[in-house]
Amino acid sequence: MTKLLAIVPAYNEAGAIASTVSELHVHAPEFDVLVVDDGSTDDTARCARRAGATVLQLPFNLGIGGAVQCGYQYALDHGYQVAVQVDGDGQHDPRYLRELLEHLRSDPNLNMVTGSRFLDATDKDGYRSSASRRIGIRIFSRILSRIVGRPITDPTSGLRMTDRRGIELFARDYPHDYPEVEALVLSHAHRMVGDEVPVRMRARVTGRSSIGSTQSVYYMVKVLLAVIVGMLRTRPSIEAGEAAPVHAEHGL
Amino acid sequence: MEMGLRIQLVAIVVAGGLFFLVFELVRRKRLMERYALLWLFSTIVLLGLAVWKDLLVTISTAVGIYYAPSALFAVALGFILVLLLHFSLVISRLADQNKVLAQKLSLLQQRVESLESREAENAEAPRTSRAEIGSLP
Repeated sequence: MTKLLAIVPAYNEAGAIASTVSELHVHAPEFDVLVVDDGSTDDTARCARRAGATVLQLPFNLGIGGAVQCGYQYALDHGYQVAVQVDGDGQHDPRYLRELLEHLRSDPNLNMVTGSRFLDATDKDGYRSSASRRIGIRIFSRILSRIVGRPITDPTSGLRMTDRRGIELFARDYPHDYPEVEALVLSHAHRMVGDEVPVRMRARVTGRSSIGSTQSVYYMVKVLLAVIVGMLRTRPSIEAGEAAPVHAEHGL
Repeated sequence: MEMGLRIQLVAIVVAGGLFFLVFELVRRKRLMERYALLWLFSTIVLLGLAVWKDLLVTISTAVGIYYAPSALFAVALGFILVLLLHFSLVISRLADQNKVLAQKLSLLQQRVESLESREAENAEAPRTSRAEIGSLP
C-alpha cells in the first residue's frame, strides 16, 4: 500500500481550514492530511487538529514556499510515495485528487501532475482568477511552455501532485516567495516530467490571497528574474553527496 | 596648500577613528572578527592613502581625478558598496538558515507531540486492563 500525503499550507485560514480538511477526508480518504500552519496568528492550527489533520506549526511566517517545502520534508521523513499540494483556503476541490493520482500512475515516466484551470478551453465555469492576473498567467504560460518544451496552461496553479522524486527534490530545494512558477523551472532542470489535468477551482471562502493587487507587479518582476536566473543556474540544487546548501561561514 | 593639509588631517582623523572604533568593538566581542576584517581592511587602506599623499595623487592622476582628495571619497565609496553587498550576502544566508531552523523545529515539534500522545495511550492501556482484572469475580 503506497503512502499518500496531502500537504495543505495555511496562513490565517481558521475559517476555511476545517472544511478543507474534512473535505479531503471525505473525497480523498486514501490521503493523509498534513496542514502546515505558516505562523498563523489565529486558530488555524487548533482548527486543523480538531478536524483530524496532522499539523506542522512553523514558529513564524515563512511564506508559502517555506511552508510547502516543510510539508515535503515531512513527506520525505515519513516515507510517502506521493505528495499533493492543496491550498488551505478551499480553492482546490479534493475530488480532483483521484484524477491527478490516476494520471500520475497512468504513465511511469511521469513525475508531476498539475491541476490546470485553463487546459479545457471550452469550460468557462469555475474560478479563473481576475482578468489582470490572467494576463500575467498567460505571459508566464508562454515563457514556461518554451522553457519546458510542453504546453503549460496554468503555471501558477498550486494544485500539484508529485512522486517520490519530486518529494526528494522539493524537500531539499524549493523556491522562496512565489514558488509555483519557479518550481516548474526547477523540476524541469532536474529532468522531471510533468503534465496537466483540467480542473475547476473555486473562489476562496475566507482569508486573503497571499498576493495583493499592489504586489502583482513585484510578483511579475520577481518571478521573471527567478525564472531567468533559474535557467542560467547550471546546477540549481545540491545533489546527494555534494556540499551542504547552507553552512556556517568561516571566511569573510 | 593650507586647504590640502587640513583635509588630509580630517581624513586621517576620520579613518583612524573608524579603525579604532572597529578594533574596540572586536575587542569587546560586540563585533565578530569575520565581519570586522572587511572594515579593518578598508579603514587601513583609507588611512594609508590619507597619510601617504603622494600615492593618492598618483592614483588620482592615473584614473583622471583632478582633485586628489576626491579619489579618497571614491575609494571609500567603493569599500561601502563592497560592504553593503557583503551584508546582503550575510542576510541571505541568515534568512536561509533561519528558514531551515524553523522547518526543522516544526518537524521535531510534531514528532515530539505524536510520541507523547502515543506514550499517553500506552500508559492508559495497562491501567484499564488492570482495572478489568480487579473487577473479575
